[in-house]
Amino acid sequence: MTTTQPAKRGFLQRIDRERLILALAAPVLAIVISVLICSVLLATSGKNPIDAFHIMTNFASASDGQVKILNKATTYYLAGVAVAFGFRMNLFNIGADGQYRLAALFAAYVGGAVNLPSFIEIPLLLIVAMLVGGLWAAIAGILKVTRGVSEVISTIMLNAIATGVIGVLLVPGIFAPGNAGGVSNSIQTKTMAASSNFFTITTQGGSLYGFVILAVVVGVAFQLTLSRTRFGFDLRATGRSESAASASGVNVKRMILTSMCVSGALAGLIGMPDLLTDSHYFGQNFQPGLGFTGIAIALLGRNTPIGIGFAALLWSFLDTTAVMLPLQGNFPPEIVNVMQGTIVICVVVAYELVRRYGLKRQQQRVGAQLAAQAASAEKKEVAA
Amino acid sequence: MRRTVKLAAVVLTGSLGIASLAACGAKSSDTTTAGSSGGSGIKVGMAYDVGGRGDQGFNDSAAAGLDKAKADFGIQTTEAEAKTGEADSDKQTRLETLVTAGYNPIVAVGFVYQTAVEKVAKEHPNVKFAIIDSDSPTQPTNVTSLEFTEQQSSYLAGIAAASKTKTKHVGFIGGVQSELIKKFEAGYRAGVASVDQSISVDVTYLTTPPDFSGFSDPAKGKEAAQGQLDKGDDVIYAAAGASGTGAIQAVAAKQGAWVIGVDTDQAKQPALAKYQGSILTSALKNVNTAVYSYIQSIKNNAPLTGVQRFDLKSGGVGLATTGGHIDDIKAKLDAATQQITSGATTVPTAPPAG
Repeated sequence: MTTTQPAKRGFLQRIDRERLILALAAPVLAIVISVLICSVLLATSGKNPIDAFHIMTNFASASDGQVKILNKATTYYLAGVAVAFGFRMNLFNIGADGQYRLAALFAAYVGGAVNLPSFIEIPLLLIVAMLVGGLWAAIAGILKVTRGVSEVISTIMLNAIATGVIGVLLVPGIFAPGNAGGVSNSIQTKTMAASSNFFTITTQGGSLYGFVILAVVVGVAFQLTLSRTRFGFDLRATGRSESAASASGVNVKRMILTSMCVSGALAGLIGMPDLLTDSHYFGQNFQPGLGFTGIAIALLGRNTPIGIGFAALLWSFLDTTAVMLPLQGNFPPEIVNVMQGTIVICVVVAYELVRRYGLKRQQQRVGAQLAAQAASAEKKEVAA
Repeated sequence: MRRTVKLAAVVLTGSLGIASLAACGAKSSDTTTAGSSGGSGIKVGMAYDVGGRGDQGFNDSAAAGLDKAKADFGIQTTEAEAKTGEADSDKQTRLETLVTAGYNPIVAVGFVYQTAVEKVAKEHPNVKFAIIDSDSPTQPTNVTSLEFTEQQSSYLAGIAAASKTKTKHVGFIGGVQSELIKKFEAGYRAGVASVDQSISVDVTYLTTPPDFSGFSDPAKGKEAAQGQLDKGDDVIYAAAGASGTGAIQAVAAKQGAWVIGVDTDQAKQPALAKYQGSILTSALKNVNTAVYSYIQSIKNNAPLTGVQRFDLKSGGVGLATTGGHIDDIKAKLDAATQQITSGATTVPTAPPAG
């Protein structure tokens, strides 16, 4: 289970290392199990699983592969953090998917309409994206605090509505310019001016998204906000027990609304690495589904900035190398979907197993301690 | 624990939703790969859209062209397909890998590859690329666009529909209201009007972009067809990819109603064989011919370049005659074909506004 282990304050110092091992044990166990399941699947279909993993690791050890993995992980990391922010206070922002797509659409539109120097344009676009994402999420937040609508339901609905809104807006004459020659079947916003290019880092293996740095900044800010500010404390407190938090003077409704908006604003950033580095326009086939990827990553990373980082890298490794599977060894790329699915299931099971094991260890230790105390007390009595 | 379970449930439902989309393209376990003893030394890489080989439509048609080229020219091939919801960068990786492995030419199936093809083609000017259904003014010269005049076959389908309707009401079901499908609608409307101005055309689009599920949801197709049948339409043209099978089912259940299939000869598809009696014809889009001609041109050292339109004249599009349901109006269709190929009739590519 996440960080909510009751009645362990006294042990905190002593079992810290053990806790760390236990925390690592669950994801590692999950990955091992899913690798095993996939190997069995591949083997039964007459393919050599070792070859498949070899292709994947091979690509990941090449420099261009590493750059691709890092670039994708940047997007995934932002998605994971956006979702995790809500999760930390028990808010299930399932709507990151709609939030980032809508945010990217508006940012792309604004970017196409203006042409400012980079140092104004890029922050402007980031702010537009965060505002749109935050406002879209705020709808679910307002519904929850005023009408008690579960945010799970409302954000899922808002995802579908966002798709509809994009459909209505992304037509020639509104957000897309009229068809400018060519029989391109994709409708897209006007390509942004070159000043909207976010910087990239040139490496041996191609250009690395400058957003990698922004992602790290977001991660650090996320951790500092949660652990070093009053807001972060209130947020975690509300997450653990709403009634206790409100009894101690936290305005729970305001917390819900704020964290929903922050989660949505972070979600607004998800589409930015692609938009400002690669595509420079929002088209009908803008990548969907990242919000759901973010949920899986946040879950795997236990909602902590570092954990999410590892989870994002793992997910990105799997997704990036999956492309190579059919090309280099005629393996079905779907095997990666199976692997991701089993990791998610296994990680839940593994966390529970590890938690039970940890509890048992604690109980044994408490038992031993109490026995020791009793024994020494007895000794004293005898001595007296 | 409860929280984690809840989370896991959500993740699972989310991914199941995505997986179910992907599952529409269940593919045969056996796909052709490199390694055949090729004599010509040409290595063709194919990058399919979502669904890939086995989608009973667009991708399969492209695959058929590749298979024929392979059999005739002894070329080497490798294939890969797109994943649902993948990023553009994944498409680029796919194309780059094919380039690195020495594949030339590379055929990208579907307009979704436009951006990726353009980027990779610019980096590798010596590799030839073909893209189906798309072109852009900015693409480099080593990219060949293979396009179809779907409006022409749809025009003929409109004539067939107008000739067979008794209620003077015909229907059109579009999968997704995209530019591509609007071409079908425009041609169909024009064809119907060319026979009888007074016939009304009901138009239903299943989804609007960016929701592309209208191409892969037979339930939606069935519902839309039922709605049109209830309104009194007795011939329905379903240009809706896999959703069309739902429309065909609905129409087949009604005595005396006809349905017109799309892309491949749907009356010949094993899965739809039992509805053969209701499938009037199919508006063919011979992606296989295009792929085959392209590979042939490379083999003959006279590669097709620029934007290649496969039209009625060259056999790129047409009407299927399986079942012989349109034999009685053959003269009418031939006359219209003649007019289109001679240039006397120009079929519109965009439906009337509104």
